[in-house]
Amino acid sequence: MNANPYLPDMATIVEVIQETHNIKTFRIVINNEERMAAFTFRPGQVGQLSVFGVGESTFVINSSPTRKDYLQFSVMRVGEVTTRLHQLQPGDQIGVRAPLGNSFPVEDLKGKNIVFVGGGIGMAPLRTLFTYMLDNRKDYGDITLLYGARSPADLTYKAELPEWTERKDVNTVLTIDNPFDGWEHKVGLIPNVLLEINPSPKNTVAITCGPPIMIKFTLQALKKLGFEDENILTTLEKRMKCGVGICGRCNIGTKYVCMDGPVFTYAQLKELPSEL
Amino acid sequence: MERFITKENLIRLAEELSATCRVLAPVASCGTVTFRRFLPGMVLDLHSRMAAVSPKAATFPQTETLLTVKREIPEKKPEITETLPEGKSVVIGCRPCGARGKLIFNPVYETDKTKDPYYIQRRDNTVFISLACDRPETTCFCHSVGSGPADPDGSDVLLTLVGEGYVARSVTPAGEDVLKSALFTDAGDKGKEADAKNAKAREMMGEAHDYVSAPAKLLARFDDMDFWAAQSAKCISCGACTYMCPTCYCFNITDDDLGLESRRIRTWDNCMSHTFTLEGSGHNPRPTKAHRLKNRVGHKFSYYPDLHGGVMACCGCGRCIKQCPAGIDIRQIVKAAQEYSE
Ligand SMILES: Cc1cc2nc3c(=O)[nH]c(=O)nc-3n(C[C@H](O)[C@H](O)[C@H](O)COP(=O)(O)OP(=O)(O)OC[C@H]3O[C@@H](n4cnc5c(N)ncnc54)[C@H](O)[C@@H]3O)c2cc1C
Ligand code: SF4
Ligand code: SF4
Ligand code: FES
Repeated sequence: MNANPYLPDMATIVEVIQETHNIKTFRIVINNEERMAAFTFRPGQVGQLSVFGVGESTFVINSSPTRKDYLQFSVMRVGEVTTRLHQLQPGDQIGVRAPLGNSFPVEDLKGKNIVFVGGGIGMAPLRTLFTYMLDNRKDYGDITLLYGARSPADLTYKAELPEWTERKDVNTVLTIDNPFDGWEHKVGLIPNVLLEINPSPKNTVAITCGPPIMIKFTLQALKKLGFEDENILTTLEKRMKCGVGICGRCNIGTKYVCMDGPVFTYAQLKELPSEL
Repeated sequence: MERFITKENLIRLAEELSATCRVLAPVASCGTVTFRRFLPGMVLDLHSRMAAVSPKAATFPQTETLLTVKREIPEKKPEITETLPEGKSVVIGCRPCGARGKLIFNPVYETDKTKDPYYIQRRDNTVFISLACDRPETTCFCHSVGSGPADPDGSDVLLTLVGEGYVARSVTPAGEDVLKSALFTDAGDKGKEADAKNAKAREMMGEAHDYVSAPAKLLARFDDMDFWAAQSAKCISCGACTYMCPTCYCFNITDDDLGLESRRIRTWDNCMSHTFTLEGSGHNPRPTKAHRLKNRVGHKFSYYPDLHGGVMACCGCGRCIKQCPAGIDIRQIVKAAQEYSE
């Protein structure tokens, strides 16, 4: 980050991947070589991307810090900035302010079994940690990835799915909401499929991210499976602006999602006022 | 340092300072009093009533440019320039509460982790010459939030009206510099008169309300939406309460597109508005005015004090009470939460 927290670094888009009809993945490189080489972050941290003249928005850095050639962001088109971002091509210039926020406790998770539960664009923050763990595979126990979307067309990271489903050292389960011709994986809502997989909560940490409604039912399913509140992690979305704890937009009681989050344990969420 | 300045010389001081600084002072305008940029020849309105809008804009302007960006087309070769604020400012004739309001910003805008250079530069380059109140209004409750009508905290010079002029006391080294002007004379024993006036103003305010239990009591009411629906029933979500408030500091950042140039600006924002927390997905964690009012009151009298050593994020100026078109009184809401028993 710059000394002036509002000053972005200039970056070049090096690759654009069309993931779904409304999600694109952008790989970017900070123009200043020294700053790019020195750039470090922890899985779960976010960045603000800007298109000048349009504005700035928050996205998870979904590449892994173990793969340093570029920073990757997946962007769902919903409004002004995201629509403009979707029009950009490799070679175009954007601004980036990163890394912001807290991160997944990768050190504390060592030696634990991990269950990832991702829904839709909520797979983005999980992808960072998932690839980080694949790159440090021996540090972690059993790894399960449950990833669901409305239909096959809504799944992101399609290029990586074959590797994820074929690897012997992870248990990847894909699901879609309704049956679809040629679909060879599960059909059913994420919380139901989670109960079906029935992961043991013993020495296991569950990490979930997705739309608020999915998170709500996933938390219930995890509790039913016997997971402790401390062993459930999630990332929260709030409307953010400054990203550095000043503009006052992202608070839940005394906590600021941009500084104290976006990663929280379920135990922490329960302590917060109910403003999710 | 203690000096004396006549009413005429205070105007002259404003004129002299306006040659080198941006001077803001209360001016009567369209039936109200507001802080305006003072230029020689203008008539100050120091005594009729408290300015409707606080002097917050001196250190936190309603709109300010953070960056300018020149480019070929939006995505080609942008060149960014930081536009940090330049020059010095002086606020003359604000009330002590207005000057003190900015103290609430400090632990937020300047922390170990983050420093907001725009705010910090403006704050450090602005001198506050405040005027102690001699007629507190019924909406004033500065004495209940650790302040008072002659509170020097946040001011550089504190003036007290005595006869045909003001006893001027410096609070900071910057204030001491102001008092070195030849327009000030020896205060003689007028200081005693000033003390007596200030004590009288404090007496007029009566007993202070005790807010110590407010943070916990408000939190205890947090999920009681019936309570908040009742408190916010009359609210029309206009946001006047936040815009007038000297201690409200939330902002938005947007880009202002000027063709091949754009400006990244920040503007005052308003947590009473529906869009403040509306997320891209369409989900809104504060969907009703009851949710928003509880955050505003909760922030000022519970979250902020919890984070910052018990200090209320309110200087007791009463502007939100006076200017609310629906007559909502923040004192009543906090009191209702404090007095509530299951
Ligand atoms: C920690 C965090 C991580 C995130 N990670 C990702 C990610 O990895 N990928 C991703 O795609 N998204 C992510 N998001 C969400 C993303 O930040 C938003 O989708 C994005 O900011 C939308 O920007 P926009 O300018 O396109 O939308 P906006 O133009 O700001 O508008 C989006 C929508 O919000 C509403 N809205 C906004 N402002 C107004 C207004 N003034 N008046 C009325 N309605 C309004 C409208 O419904 C509008 O369609 C994340 C958010 C957070 C907080
Ligand atoms: S909350 Fe109301 S009384 Fe308190 S500082 Fe703001 S405007 Fe003044
Ligand atoms: S000034 Fe009054 S009506 Fe307007 S938003 Fe504030 S409380 Fe609501
Ligand atoms: S985004 Fe500004 S305080 Fe969190």
